[in-house]
Amino acid sequence: MDWTALAVSLRLAVFTCLLLLPFGLWLGRTLAVTRFRGRVLCEALVALPLVMPPTVLGFYLMLSFGADSPLGGLWQRLTGEGLNFTFSGILLASLVVNLPFAVQPIQRAFENVPAHLREAAWCSGLSPWQTLLRIELPLAWPGLVSAMALTFAHTLGEFGVILMVGGSIDGETRTLAISIYDRVQAFDESGASQMSAMLLLVSFVTIGVVYALARRNRGIGV
Amino acid sequence: MSIEPALAELALSLHQAGPIPLAADFRCSPGELLALVGPSGSGKTTLLRAIAGLYRPAGGRIQCAGETWFDAAAGVCLSAQRRRIGFVFQDYALFPHLTALDNVMTAMEHVPRGERRARAAGWLSRVRLQGLEDRYPAQLSGGQRQRVAVARALAREPRVLLLDEPFSAVDQVTRRRLQRELALLREEIDIPILLVTHDLEEASALADRLCVLHGGRTLQSGPPESLFRRPVSAEVARLLDKHNVFQGRKVVEHGEARLAWGPYRLEVAQGLEDLDKGSEVHWYVPPSDVVLHRRGRPSRGERENPVTGRVCEMIVLGGMALITLSFEHTEDTLRFEIATHAARRNGLAHGAEASVSLLAQGIHLMSRGTC
Repeated sequence: MDWTALAVSLRLAVFTCLLLLPFGLWLGRTLAVTRFRGRVLCEALVALPLVMPPTVLGFYLMLSFGADSPLGGLWQRLTGEGLNFTFSGILLASLVVNLPFAVQPIQRAFENVPAHLREAAWCSGLSPWQTLLRIELPLAWPGLVSAMALTFAHTLGEFGVILMVGGSIDGETRTLAISIYDRVQAFDESGASQMSAMLLLVSFVTIGVVYALARRNRGIGV
Repeated sequence: MSIEPALAELALSLHQAGPIPLAADFRCSPGELLALVGPSGSGKTTLLRAIAGLYRPAGGRIQCAGETWFDAAAGVCLSAQRRRIGFVFQDYALFPHLTALDNVMTAMEHVPRGERRARAAGWLSRVRLQGLEDRYPAQLSGGQRQRVAVARALAREPRVLLLDEPFSAVDQVTRRRLQRELALLREEIDIPILLVTHDLEEASALADRLCVLHGGRTLQSGPPESLFRRPVSAEVARLLDKHNVFQGRKVVEHGEARLAWGPYRLEVAQGLEDLDKGSEVHWYVPPSDVVLHRRGRPSRGERENPVTGRVCEMIVLGGMALITLSFEHTEDTLRFEIATHAARRNGLAHGAEASVSLLAQGIHLMSRGTC
């Protein structure tokens, strides 16, 4: 069992969730409740990582992380380090890859909150923030938890993009999924199976949480 | 617990060409219940939403309780939160994750925190829901949900109460009971009340005045009785589900002004003298002013505008029969109601000839508009 890889994976998953939660909340709600030009294009861009081959996405991210590219260059100027083959790089890649897993469940959850409830809250004197906190979020929270569970599990299992952007640097970019691949390459089936079992367990718990929340959401009867 | 008397009325004047055309003007005094009636898509709900601050029209003005809530020319548009309105939505829009008490407390941001619970319970008991404070909306019946919605709207201590088809989602028996409760409740609240409904019976039973809307235009406002008896145009008569609308022409015969309707020269109590000779008009006679001539027992009243037609439809609804007469000179038909036993005694049946008098007092002349 590669505990260092597990620690990298968990750190990556936790940071991805923490950073994507506010952004996913804002973008998911915006896509759900506002009508603006380019909304369909925005939805398509969010969904793009779902259909792009991970190696292709990883390749483009690797290019844009290079010191010669605008993004990589800016990061270099701001922090003094590069993005490729660093934890920051795989975290940024993870944020992009997980965008649909975070945004889509949140968007669906807010779409399921009827518009007239929001209006009833405004007419009752609640400010937009109070309406969000007291009416919308309590009704949409199963979608939020689903989004975080899916993001967490997907980050733990992500392989292609992480490998393209981060390689396999011990304690920095080698995640559990990459470590499993390394073990198999080194004919260490026992180590690979332990770590695979760990990922299987995490996936099972995650999907259990998502399904339990989906059932609960149906029971609200908005 | 009581709502402070409002200082002034609600005054609305909204105009826009599209996307939802509006040309609406009306006023509603404190304590008055004004019903906005009209077919689906006539702009009733849009007007309510504009008053609530949920819809921003292109032009016009809304004032309430001495405040300007909306003035397109001056760029004033207060948010829904700042307008102090009580809004009962068509499907009540109760917050499903909050109890009845919490739903009401949500509208009490203006009340000191420590007083909210007791006052919310007071509102619930006022709508006869004591003991159900801790129920969630899903655990309440349709009528109970409506009462929670009314309590929540009143708990805001609003300057105007807006009711959007509040009785449409409940059964007939509950509807009657809730309508009675609203009639009682409005005696206690001294603010303008606007009721949107497409149910004319409900509107005339509850409202002090009706405002007829079509295509976003206010066509006529007035007390129900005057609207039903004296619609301003054939269009209003049609929207009020009034059937007996005909076309005629002013003629002068033997020095007397008469309304020419096919072969008949009808006497009209008022309105005819204002018209030029030969001018075409729409006219309406309420079913209550159509009097059947008794077979074999002529009376003096039969000399008043007698017309003869043929029964083309007779619908018996319990003790009353709805009779429709057709005439040779027009495709328009005349409807009236009489007791079923009277219809039988006078031999009324499909195809039978029948004579009626159109009471001169009841004939109402209308401007010639589209029908």
